[in-house]
Amino acid sequence: MPVINETLGQYSELFMLLAAGTYTVAFIAFAWDLAKSSKALRAIDEKAAASSPAQKVAVAAGRGGGGLGVVDAGGPAGRAERPTSGLTVEGGTAAGDMKYSAERRVPARVAVALTVLGVLIHGAGVVTRALGAGRVPWGNMYEFLTTGAFVAVAVFLIVLIRRDLRFLGTFVIGLAIIMLVAASVSFWTPVGHLVPALQSYWLIIHVSIAVLSSALFTLTFAMSALQLVQSYRQKNLAAGRADNLGFMRVVPNALSLENLSYRINAIAFIGWTFTLMFGAIWAEKAWGRFWGWDPKEVWTFVIWVVYAGYLHARATRGWTGTRAAWLSIVGYACVIINFTLVNTVFNGLHSYSGL
Amino acid sequence: MSESVKAKKKSPAAESTKTAEGKLQQAKSEAALPSLGILGMLRWAWTQLTSMRTALFLLLLLAVGAVPGSLFPQRPANPAVVTQYIKDNPSYGQLLDALQLYDVYSSAWFSAIYILLFISLIGCVTPRAIAHYKAMKSQPPRTPKRLSRLPEYGTLALPADAGIPASKAINDAAGLLKRRGYRVEVRDVDGDLPSLGAERGFLKEVGNLVFHTSLIGVLVSVAIGGLFGYSGQRILVEGETFVNTLVGYDQFTPGTNFQSSWLQPYSIQLDKFEATFDRESPKKIGQPIDYTAEVTTKENPDSPAKKEILKVNDPITLGGTSLYLTGNGYAPVVTVRDGEGNIAFQGPVTAKVQGDNYYSSVVIKVPDGKPDQLAFQGFFLPTAFKSEEGISFSASPELFNPQLSLDSYFGDLGLDKGVPQNVFELDVRNLQQLNGRKLEAGGITLAPGMTKTLPDGKGSISFDGVKKYIGVDVHHNPGQLYALIFGLLAVAGLVTSLYVNRRRVWVRTGTHQDGRTMVEYGLLARGEDHRLAGEAAALRELLTREWQIPSDSGNPSANPTVSSPTSKDQ
Repeated sequence: MPVINETLGQYSELFMLLAAGTYTVAFIAFAWDLAKSSKALRAIDEKAAASSPAQKVAVAAGRGGGGLGVVDAGGPAGRAERPTSGLTVEGGTAAGDMKYSAERRVPARVAVALTVLGVLIHGAGVVTRALGAGRVPWGNMYEFLTTGAFVAVAVFLIVLIRRDLRFLGTFVIGLAIIMLVAASVSFWTPVGHLVPALQSYWLIIHVSIAVLSSALFTLTFAMSALQLVQSYRQKNLAAGRADNLGFMRVVPNALSLENLSYRINAIAFIGWTFTLMFGAIWAEKAWGRFWGWDPKEVWTFVIWVVYAGYLHARATRGWTGTRAAWLSIVGYACVIINFTLVNTVFNGLHSYSGL
Repeated sequence: MSESVKAKKKSPAAESTKTAEGKLQQAKSEAALPSLGILGMLRWAWTQLTSMRTALFLLLLLAVGAVPGSLFPQRPANPAVVTQYIKDNPSYGQLLDALQLYDVYSSAWFSAIYILLFISLIGCVTPRAIAHYKAMKSQPPRTPKRLSRLPEYGTLALPADAGIPASKAINDAAGLLKRRGYRVEVRDVDGDLPSLGAERGFLKEVGNLVFHTSLIGVLVSVAIGGLFGYSGQRILVEGETFVNTLVGYDQFTPGTNFQSSWLQPYSIQLDKFEATFDRESPKKIGQPIDYTAEVTTKENPDSPAKKEILKVNDPITLGGTSLYLTGNGYAPVVTVRDGEGNIAFQGPVTAKVQGDNYYSSVVIKVPDGKPDQLAFQGFFLPTAFKSEEGISFSASPELFNPQLSLDSYFGDLGLDKGVPQNVFELDVRNLQQLNGRKLEAGGITLAPGMTKTLPDGKGSISFDGVKKYIGVDVHHNPGQLYALIFGLLAVAGLVTSLYVNRRRVWVRTGTHQDGRTMVEYGLLARGEDHRLAGEAAALRELLTREWQIPSDSGNPSANPTVSSPTSKDQ
């Protein structure tokens, strides 16, 4: 049995609080960026429109259908519409390729810098927790939440290296703050040993993949929610109505959001398949059967099926775009139910893992 | 499926015989439902069932259908809880039972969903497999007239002095694509406009098919486990031995095809069980941190004995089965003397854990008591404490102050009638109470070593000591290895289908009037492929290097006016 180090545990909790505080400032900066950068971009749009009114018409006509789930690959569109053409014709949305552009967004830079600082402190919290307990830091709901929030933010930052997803910042950091607060308020557990049922190397494999997949699902949830809003806004813009969701100017068009969230969901789905399989292998080792329709197993299965449906929806006519986004959101709702209700309300074999 | 077909058959089938084509057209325009005939209806139903839309609907229905199983108690997991639930909710408990909501995963409606889904899946996979087999055997599709309409398109121009004619250029491109894993067919090499079609990524669809077929494999494996597997439970007190025969089990669940001859008569004896509890972290004191059972096993009655350790998460394999440590508790050892002064019962009694810190219930039945049969019912506390309100509770899971608190009864236990009884429950309807808190004689409270004489000369009970017991689950599931194999295959298929990209490339070459050799190429992806542009760039890079042309020549964006060799298309 490893020795429990209480002092490290207390440091860990302090780090978690500091991280939550830093994230809060980062959150404000991200929100500031949404407001300010959107305004600046809109001003550029308006200037361009004033100089050549004809172009604006072309822009509106070119992008009008974008939010309605038109699949880009293989379409017989003219060359200007090709994703590779380098010529981004975007009406009222950010560039669809989500590459960094030349313009400086100071609030966004501040926000990212604060997020990096926050994730370092958060990481210190996770590591001290692990050292304090002498094991992996995901043995109960408090640890699952704090580590899960850390992974979500870390994955977000890693994706930021290659793609400009800073528009997701408010969402991801907001969710991370909620997770940290929920962990400290509702699920707080002092650092301690694991019950015998959790003492298995499968805890390391099964739960780490579950945490990682959940973090990816968190990203795609945020993107799908934005996709719905952007799709609604694009329809409004195409119809020539006033833009009452100005802050969405900095967010890419609905189709690009859908395509990227599909790619991330595909990775997360593979991760979730492994979560399910490794969970089954562990269940066989611990309880003697690999599948027994325990509430946790049921909901893991439900999540798997919903995201399988999401992947199929993309290949089904009439189910792309908005409906697929809803499936992704429903899937994430199931992830949340699986974590909260199933562990606390439903009576099952996973009940020990919390509280 | 049959239901939906039947329902559809009724209406139009009756009037549908061979109608003249004109009439049929008329009927089609008039009636909402066209006349298809029985065969047509079946085909229609089959097409509907195997359509992607239906499959998606069934898939989502499967998710919704699985949910109630987590909301209501389930019989296979815990039948007693279901009975209690129905008792507690008289208004809708029976209704839920009628809707099979306590047996969701073997219910008619849940089975209907997944069987339909799997039929739909087979109906979808089979034609796709045939089509893909044909596609794999056939040549890449013919070169489109207008390559410039493809999602990825580019041109290259080779200078006249490079000495690479159109036919050599196409062969060079073919070799290059072959090395890159494409299947290539060169067309019209010696013509004016030689071209090639190339295709790669057939594994994508193979992966897709393997994934879906493996899911069927998983389902079949589960069915095999249900047919040929078995499981059972046995409680073992320290010193006791379990022999793997039907009578050795406390509870046994055979598979549909089970035969008792499958049980290999191995034995397992519990020598010692040790539970370790947290003593150091505040707020977690008393939480278990280790269970270790020392056992002696024998593969067969004549085999040599073997010492083994049984732990949670670490089962023992014996005679084709796996044995799991799934529970533990205390077994107070008691001696009961009857009214005649003889020992009517002696030994450990399994105490069923009911609450915190091994607060356990105890039932002792003494059918051998003479002249009266005796029975005891009460609680065992490993560390007995009394709260300020006078309620007894256990303050620790360990044996610091073990205590037995019992009521006693005498009369006919009803065991001689041959009706099976639960050993953990005592039916006191035909019994008369001797000891109890409300009776004059009071309840029985015993510490180890103490004896209490029952009133009216009915006998006595002694608390001799405490042993530990473990709950052992025995499982045999011949399907699970196959389930694992199919599961791994499914993942491999899934990854392949998501990350292998099926792409087609066409290249066409020709000679310009000024002597240059012109090359144009186009790429097309089948399905999602966000890296098609990257592939186009890579191919361009390879071709440029092959022919050693300066990288900016013929670049479509840098010099968009370069005319393509297929001048008639322009």
